[in-house]
Amino acid sequence: MGQIEWAMWANEQALASGLILITGGIVATAGQFTQWYFGAYSIAAGVFICLLEYPRGKRKKGSTMERCGQKYMTKVVKLFGPFSRNYYVRAILHLGLSVPAGFLLATILGTACLAISSGIYLLAATRGEQWTPIESKPKERPQVGATIKQPPSNPPPRPPAEARKKLSEEEEVATGVSSGPQENPIPVTDEVV
Amino acid sequence: MMGCWMLNESVSVILALLWLGVNLYLFIDTFRWYGEEESFFYTRVILGSTLAWARASAVCLNFNCMLILLPISRNLISFIRGASICCRGPWRRQLDKNLKFHKLVAYGIAINATIHIAAHLCNLERYHLSQSAEAEGLLAALSKLGDTPNESYINPIRTPHTNTTTELLSTIAGITGLLISLALILIMTSSTEFIRQISYELFWYTHHMFIIFFISLSIHGAGRIVRGQTPESLLLHNVTFCRDHYAEWQAAARCPVPQFSGKEPSAWKWVLGPVVLYACERVIRFWRFQQEVVITKVVSHPSGVLELHMKKRNFKMAPGQYVLLQCPSISSLEWHPFTLTSAPQEDFFSVHIRTAGDWTRALHTAFEAEGQTIKEPRSLPRLAVDGPFGAALTDVFHYPVSVCIAAGIGVTPFAALLKSIWYKCCESQTQLKLSKVYFYWICRDPSAFEWFADLLLSLETRMSERGNTHLLSYHIFLTSWDENQAIHIALHWDENTDVITGLKQKTFYGRPNWNNEFRQIAYHHPSSSIGVFSCGPKALSKTLQRMCRLYSSADPRGVHFYYNKESF
Repeated sequence: MGQIEWAMWANEQALASGLILITGGIVATAGQFTQWYFGAYSIAAGVFICLLEYPRGKRKKGSTMERCGQKYMTKVVKLFGPFSRNYYVRAILHLGLSVPAGFLLATILGTACLAISSGIYLLAATRGEQWTPIESKPKERPQVGATIKQPPSNPPPRPPAEARKKLSEEEEVATGVSSGPQENPIPVTDEVV
Repeated sequence: MMGCWMLNESVSVILALLWLGVNLYLFIDTFRWYGEEESFFYTRVILGSTLAWARASAVCLNFNCMLILLPISRNLISFIRGASICCRGPWRRQLDKNLKFHKLVAYGIAINATIHIAAHLCNLERYHLSQSAEAEGLLAALSKLGDTPNESYINPIRTPHTNTTTELLSTIAGITGLLISLALILIMTSSTEFIRQISYELFWYTHHMFIIFFISLSIHGAGRIVRGQTPESLLLHNVTFCRDHYAEWQAAARCPVPQFSGKEPSAWKWVLGPVVLYACERVIRFWRFQQEVVITKVVSHPSGVLELHMKKRNFKMAPGQYVLLQCPSISSLEWHPFTLTSAPQEDFFSVHIRTAGDWTRALHTAFEAEGQTIKEPRSLPRLAVDGPFGAALTDVFHYPVSVCIAAGIGVTPFAALLKSIWYKCCESQTQLKLSKVYFYWICRDPSAFEWFADLLLSLETRMSERGNTHLLSYHIFLTSWDENQAIHIALHWDENTDVITGLKQKTFYGRPNWNNEFRQIAYHHPSSSIGVFSCGPKALSKTLQRMCRLYSSADPRGVHFYYNKESF
C-alpha cells in the first residue's frame, strides 16, 4: 500500500475509540448498571484519550490538515517529550487503557476499537513513524534590505561622461567597491508597463 | 439583484428533507407501536421504554442500509441518467450528488446505530437484573417462564449466574452486533477526508469491510431474542387482568401461562435488492475488465501529465464522462477515476493522468514516462477500463449559453467538451442549441498549458477560418509567476500573440474577478438560462455558487445561472 502513514489512521481510530468509551461509560453510569464504576473509568479514560489524540501529528511529507483549535493541546502533548513522540509508548498505553473497560459490556466496543488502534500504532512504530507537532511557522518579517535593489549609485544630475570616469576611479580607490555608472541593459522608455 | 439560491439548491434540499422525513416517520411510527402494542406488554414490563428505542432505530437502520448501496452503483446511475429523457434539469443534477447522499445515509446509519446499541445495552442489563435473585413480583414471574417444558421464555437470559458480556457473546445477535459495529467504525475512521487525501488505497480497501457488515446484518436477527406474546396466547390470556394475578398463572384457568415467540429477522428483506444490484455492478465491472483495451499512443507531457490513447470495442462516450482505470500490474483491486479528454467523434478515447499519489506515480513508471526509451506496444502494461460513467458536462449542450470554469488539472473534462464543440461546429448540418461558450482556465503552472495550448490554438484557427469566432470566448488566468517570468511577460506585453501560450487571446494574471465576469455575462444575455460548469477546488466552487445566486434575477423571464459541479 505504498507510503501510507499508519499513524494517521491510528490517530483517527483512537479518537473515535475515545468518544465510544465516553458514550459507553455515560450509558453505564447513568443507567447504574452492575459494576458501573468501570463506566466511570471509561469516561475518564475516554476524555484522556481524546485530549491526547486530538492534536494531529505532522505528516512526513506533504501538508497536514490541522484539526480545529488543536494548537493548544499540541503544546501540552509536546511537553511529554519522548512519551508522546514515540508510538510504541502510545500502543502500549492504549492497550493498557483498554483492558479495564473490557470488563463492562457497555464499554466493550470501546475496548475493541482502542485495541485495534493500539495495533495500528504498533505497526506505525515498527515502520519508524513518530509524532511531530504541527507548529505554525513564525511569520518571517520581510527583510526590508533584501527586496530593495541597490539604489542607483550615481543618480542624476550627473556630471558629463569624462568627469564621471574620473570620479569612479577616485571612488574605487577610496571605497574599494566598484560600482560603475549605471548601464541600463534595455533602453529605458517613458512607458508605464 | 436578489439572489435566488432556492433555484439551484431547492431540489437537493427537498430530497434531503424527504429522506429525513421518511426516517422520522419510520422511527416515530415504530416507537409508538412498540410503546403501545399489547403483545409486547410483558416485554415492556421488563425493559421499559428502551425496547421501543431499540426497535425504532432498528427499522431506521434497515431503511438506511437499504439506501446506502444505491448511490454508489455507478452503472445504475448511468442507466437512470440515460433512460430518463423526461426528467431533465434539476432532477438529473441530483444524480451528480450521489456521493453526498451516500455520506448522508452513512451518518444516518451511525446515529441510529448509536441509539440502537445504547438501547440494547440497557435492555441486556434489565434482562440480567430481572433474572437475578433480587427480582420480585411480576418481573421474577416473567423471567421464570420457560423453565418448564410447556412454556416459552420471554427473558433470553436464563440463569442468574452469568454476566451480560457472556450473554452477549453467546448469542448470534450479540456477536454479529459486535462485528457490525466494528466494521462500521473502521469504515468510518478510514473514510475521513484527511485519510482519503493522504491514502486513497487505505480508504478503498477498508471500505470493503461492508461485506462483513452486510453478511452480519442479514443474520443479526436470527436469534429472535426480542419476544412478544403470540396472538393465540393473547386470546386466552387477558393482559390487563392477568398482570396482577401472576401468582396464579400456573394454576388458574382464567390466566393460562402466556406464550411468547420472537420476531423473524427482517433486515435481509430490506437489503436483499440493493445487495443484488451492487453485486451485479461489480460483475459488470469484472466483465468490462475482461474486455481488451488497446493502447494506441502514449505521450508524456512536461508537468508530469501522462496522456494515453486507447481503443475498446463498443466504447461510446459523451464529453465530460469519466472512466475507471485499473492496472493489474500495479494493483489488482484498485480502480481509479479519470475524465476522458477525447471527443466522441474521434476513433479513440484518451485520458490525461497527473501524478498525484502512489498509483499514478507507479503508472508513470510502468509506462516509463520519465525515460527516453521507446517501448514495444506489446510490452506496455495491460489496462482495464470500466465505464464511461456520466457526469455533469453532458448538460452543456442543453443550455443556450454555457460558462465553463476549470482550475488546473480540472480542465480535462472541458478538453473533451471543447473538442466536441469543434467537431460539431464542423458539421454544418446540425443546429446547436448552444450558441455561446465562455471558458475560464485558472492555472498555476505555465508548463501545464502545454498540452492544452495545442487544442486551444487549433480551435482558435478553426473558429476564425469558419468565421465562428463568436461561439467560443476563452480567458486564461495565470495565478503564480516568479520574477523572471514577470520580466519576460512585461517585455513582450505589446506583441500580438501571448508570450506564454502563443494564442491571440492574452493571458490574464492573477485570479479572475468573478463579480465583473458574471455581471458582464448577465448583461450580454439578459433573458437566457446560463449553465455554469466548474471543475476545481471547493473554494472556487463555493465562490461560483455564490455568484450564481447573486446574479440570477428574481424575474422568471430574466437571466438565470444554474450551477453544476464535478470533482473527483
